[in-house]
Amino acid sequence: MPKPRVALFVPCYINTLFPHVAMATMKLLEHFGYEVHYPDAQTCCGQPFANSGAHGDAQPLAEHFVETFRGYDYIVAPSASCVGMVRNHYKPYVGSHPDYRHIQSTVYEICEFLHDVVKPHSFGTSFPHTVTLHQSCHGLRELELGVSSELALPFYSKVLHLLEKVDDITLLPMERADECCGFGGMFSIHEPEISTRMGKDKLDYAEATQAEYLAGFDSSCLMHLEGIARRENRTVKMVHVAEIFAGTLQ
Amino acid sequence: MTDTRWHDRALWFVRQKRDSAAKSLPEWEALRRSASQIKAHTMAHLADYLELFEKNATQNGIHVHWAADATEHNRIIADILQSRQVKNVVKSKSMLTEECGLNPYLNTKGIEVVDTDLGERIVQLRHEAPSHIVLPAIHLKKEEVGSLFEQELGTLPGNSDPTYLTHAARKHLREHFLSADAAITGVNFAVAEEGLFVVCTNEGNADLGTAITNLHIASMGIEKIIPSLEHLGIFTRLLARSATGQPITTYTSHFKRPKEGGELHIVIVDNGRSAILGQTDTAQALHCIRCGACMNTCPTYRRSGGHSYGYVIPGPIGSTLGASRNLEHFGKAVYKCTLCASCTNICPARIDLHHQLYAWRKTYVERGYLSPKKKRLYGIGSWMLRTPVRTRILFGISKWALKLLPRSILYSRFNVWGRTRELPSFAPKSFAQLYKEHIHEPK
Repeated sequence: MPKPRVALFVPCYINTLFPHVAMATMKLLEHFGYEVHYPDAQTCCGQPFANSGAHGDAQPLAEHFVETFRGYDYIVAPSASCVGMVRNHYKPYVGSHPDYRHIQSTVYEICEFLHDVVKPHSFGTSFPHTVTLHQSCHGLRELELGVSSELALPFYSKVLHLLEKVDDITLLPMERADECCGFGGMFSIHEPEISTRMGKDKLDYAEATQAEYLAGFDSSCLMHLEGIARRENRTVKMVHVAEIFAGTLQ
Repeated sequence: MTDTRWHDRALWFVRQKRDSAAKSLPEWEALRRSASQIKAHTMAHLADYLELFEKNATQNGIHVHWAADATEHNRIIADILQSRQVKNVVKSKSMLTEECGLNPYLNTKGIEVVDTDLGERIVQLRHEAPSHIVLPAIHLKKEEVGSLFEQELGTLPGNSDPTYLTHAARKHLREHFLSADAAITGVNFAVAEEGLFVVCTNEGNADLGTAITNLHIASMGIEKIIPSLEHLGIFTRLLARSATGQPITTYTSHFKRPKEGGELHIVIVDNGRSAILGQTDTAQALHCIRCGACMNTCPTYRRSGGHSYGYVIPGPIGSTLGASRNLEHFGKAVYKCTLCASCTNICPARIDLHHQLYAWRKTYVERGYLSPKKKRLYGIGSWMLRTPVRTRILFGISKWALKLLPRSILYSRFNVWGRTRELPSFAPKSFAQLYKEHIHEPK
């Protein structure tokens, strides 16, 4: 049987700022037997514009995305909010495109793909560190990677379930683990004071666990938190969960 | 930056109380679904239920009045009060009368209105608006209340003991209750099949006001209607748990007919609500039962406070209602949100709040309210990101700028991000480059 073909969707800022996160994602997919492709024409999914209400500016980017990512078995990205954009908000732009339905049903965030499609027994990797997890909003509430704390349902987190499969890891529970970190795309620029306050609070809660690492599944949250942490010489380090799974952290 | 952590923590405490109350009911999520369905059904048959309510309430001896807008609402109430020579009114909490600006209007007619909810009275004495729909004075610390009461009620200087201040407020309010000629209340729910309405309070102030005076006027938005008594229980179970974590409000009073020798009026107000009913993406805003849970959970609200929204109702629900009221004037609030969706998940009526704010942003831009600067920025950004070559150029320029420019220029006052955060650093090689090297590696 031929290997399933997976297109790597590497959000524009991850490509240049956090290539190691995309690299970890690729290694994971290859490790589990997928034929990984990186469509070179990819740019931005359009989310910053759509979230700002500038749908005229998001439209051509959505069209470009669909043209770039047609014809694969799966599309996988290490960014929950970008996947949420393609899956939940593309209909007004490309709803009538013949390839969109397939794209919509086969685009996955990496943790979701591992949990729902790959279903690994183990990663064969070790991470002998203390880690606390930030439950990024779009992954949690748009993609439903877990049960958010507002809901009166039994707790479950796909990402924690996967992290438990990493050898030697110590997971520490964090207060307000699924409260927004304050990034929010353009919000971080338009409301810098509130955005920063939220980020500082998130870092405070992370540091209160005394974990070495604050892990997340959205690099944009981590970029914002890292920006504050570096400015304030904080000790906690940010890490994308894909790097923990893949064992690629340097 | 002012320290707002105490405000955040106070409201988070309320959110936690709500969580444990909600999670103590195994049927909580089913209740939310029922509430959402009942509201959807009622809104689809709104005119019928309102007429049914009018018929039954009238039979019960309640005078029913209809007001198309705030002006008519205020005039109707003023007419009732003036024709009976009322000079002193006690009012229990009603966001609708805030929305209509009833107090200042009645003041111009020589009628004094005293808000009798403790928090409302505090903000009234300060001449400001409530900052929260359930906890109107949550933006104040007890010391601020202490010095206010010292000036206004003559309490002892420097004493901000909550029990002491509450007793002083109680004594002060008692005097107003005893001299009042009429009581105004809001309405939490109106039951169409019974022609009755329900007022929920924790302080019993609505009950005291309506018991002491012989004239009771209730002010109600058209969306407060529910079909029958069997639906009421679903909402009362959701309301107090969502608002404060209580199983039920201390007083859940049903008003069905005027008391002996008294008069009971209800003013049913549209004031833009039927326009919301006709909206495609945001009509569900009318399902709101005014519990305030979306405010308590909103990470932005908790850190910025209700007054920063500009509209009479703050937070997620207030942002969408304000946008409906006047998008140009109140629309900026729809951007005061990270789209974290916590509000949608907490709402007892399952209103898709964050999707509404997303939808409003689209309308905001379509109507041309975006600043020219932002419009230009988005236009250029989108054009650059439309092809891989231009995307590489955009990120290439940023990379070199970050590398070459001195810190004093990089972190000038134009760099909003950099005021409190370090800029991210570019990796030596992009993933696209690493990928090319990877596929040429010998396997």
